[in-house]
Amino acid sequence: MTSAPEPAAARATLQPAGDALDVALAGDWRLAGVQPSWIDLTAGVVLPARVRVTAEAVGTWDSALLLFLAEIAAWCRARSIPYDTSALSERMRVLFEQLEAASAANPALAPHAENFLVTVGNATRHVVGTARASVSFVGEASLAFGQLLRRPRKFRWKDCLDQMQQVGAMALPIVSLISFLIGLTLAYQAAVELRQFGADIYVADLVGLSIVREMGPMMTAVILAGRTGAAFAATIGNMRANEEIDALQTLGISPVSFLALPRLVALGVMMPLLALYANAVGIIGGMIVASGILQIPPSAYWIETKSIVDLHDVTTGLIKATTFGLLIGLAGCLCGLRADRSAAGVGRAATSAVVTSVLLIIVADSLFAIIFNLLHV
Amino acid sequence: MSAAPPAVPAIEVQGLECAYEERIILKGVTFQVRRGEIFFIIGGSGCGKTTLLRNLVGLEAPVRGTVRFLGRPFTEADSAARREQLKTFGMLFQGGALWSSLTLRENVALPLEEHTALPRAEIDALASLRLAQVGLAGFEGYYPSEISGGMRKRAGLARALALDPAIVFFDEPSAGLDPVTSRNLDDLVRQVRDTFGTTIVTVSHELRSIYALADRLIMLDREAQGIIAEGKPEELAAGSPDPRVREFLTLSPVHGT
Ligand SMILES: Nc1ncnc2c1ncn2[C@@H]1O[C@H](COP(=O)(O)OP(=O)(O)OP(=O)(O)O)[C@@H](O)[C@H]1O
Ligand SMILES: [Mg+2]
Repeated sequence: MTSAPEPAAARATLQPAGDALDVALAGDWRLAGVQPSWIDLTAGVVLPARVRVTAEAVGTWDSALLLFLAEIAAWCRARSIPYDTSALSERMRVLFEQLEAASAANPALAPHAENFLVTVGNATRHVVGTARASVSFVGEASLAFGQLLRRPRKFRWKDCLDQMQQVGAMALPIVSLISFLIGLTLAYQAAVELRQFGADIYVADLVGLSIVREMGPMMTAVILAGRTGAAFAATIGNMRANEEIDALQTLGISPVSFLALPRLVALGVMMPLLALYANAVGIIGGMIVASGILQIPPSAYWIETKSIVDLHDVTTGLIKATTFGLLIGLAGCLCGLRADRSAAGVGRAATSAVVTSVLLIIVADSLFAIIFNLLHV
Repeated sequence: MSAAPPAVPAIEVQGLECAYEERIILKGVTFQVRRGEIFFIIGGSGCGKTTLLRNLVGLEAPVRGTVRFLGRPFTEADSAARREQLKTFGMLFQGGALWSSLTLRENVALPLEEHTALPRAEIDALASLRLAQVGLAGFEGYYPSEISGGMRKRAGLARALALDPAIVFFDEPSAGLDPVTSRNLDDLVRQVRDTFGTTIVTVSHELRSIYALADRLIMLDREAQGIIAEGKPEELAAGSPDPRVREFLTLSPVHGT
């Protein structure tokens, strides 16, 4: 190997010998090198009665040679031509037979073979399983919450505080930026229209109400769905892949009360706080646009906002925010606990946590709109 | 234990069938483990040893068959009763399965925190003792990602023993360990059994451990999808009618200790 000569190209020469066809292999056969193409070689060849393979001039060789032999064999079998490999070296023949046996071996159990009906059946079973798991998860989480109220000392406060930090404090920059921009955009849109009627000051009303009742909680929830929901699913999914969840279960510790509850509590506490903060930042965004392009002084803007937004509006927003938070936590933890035990499974869990939470948030928001409308709040 | 009245076995497994989805791995598995026994489960790679352990402790639901621990039904019990029983078990997973967000000390301390009313200081002392017993003194503050695979295994062992469980399940405790550490763990396992009368069920390929520790063993086989031999290692090695069993048990030159 040290002073290896320049490798010779792999060659196969076809030589008709009576009604037989001699295939003489020569040169160095390397997987990394270039091999001749059997299909090209046999193009236009008169079909022989037999094929005989020889390999006298072969230098070094590896599986590339075996693959070429397999190609010849397959070609011959397809045309019912007998082929003869007896002229090959002993090692070549043994390996070639192993290769043939391995590719002929019918996978006795093909756990992943699927047809349409199986796919539909599995999908249905998956949906039913998810529904059942969600219900039992909610039940178990409620029980665990009851236990927390009865025996608060057993609760994992440290985990919960860590999560609050992750969920709340660490999300402040992105929540600030997005709420500020939303406030800005809303005010801009409103200003263009309202100015035509000389109703400039009502920008404050429009921005205030839509931020506090709708956009503040909603945007915060969407941000947290992407930030926190995905993180929960990935963390818990990874723990599942590492058998860490199994280890909890074999100790008689419920993964729901151990992992999910601190996260749910953290989200339930931090979501309304973040939404409140988002409201404030959004209103400031509106205020800046108003004073910049409509020349409304911030004090007038503030007084107008205070006159139109009352506690009711803020509370409905916060009720929504808390609900959204719990939904995000639910989707994140559940997707994590049901993740496949693999790296890809963890990725899918994170994706589905985000999609599910956004979906749940929008559905819940519509339900809230209907309910609040019926209650006239 | 030998003088005890006709004791209830620690583990009774009756007609257990284990499968993943539709694929049956084991069927008709029936055996008993006596109290205070060190019981080995052996067999070639992929024959279903880990699967059997997971079914025994309820991590997978067996297709059919029953498991009773200390005379009490386990497979048919409801989840609250099962959780009660699980508190008296310890389990070492093949990969260690340490909680990655907790330090080694916290890992070992967690079962104690959850299931005892001991004060913090005593829990920490016990956790340090367990870690020292498996040769991990000084690593209490490390996270699982900061130690080697064999050390994770040992930390997992310390965690499995944390609550002085009545029954422990070890999945290949000595795989990936050097011979000396592995023998020290064998000594620890025997010491635990001799001191507390713990029933120990171990999956292992290590012939030396088998001959040093096993009171009895069962051997599983992939083709047979079940138990192909049961008995004392020495007797099986010498007199089993099944060549697969004799081969497995006599392949290594270290015969006896
Ligand atoms: N989660 C799973 N899903 C589907 N099949 C599985 C799963 N885990 C294991 N199996 C299958 O079950 C069989 C037994 O696996 P198991 O892990 O119990 O073997 P083992 O005896 O513990 O092997 P080893 O000595 O290598 O640890 C294998 O054929 C494997 O393909
Ligand atoms: Mg295994």
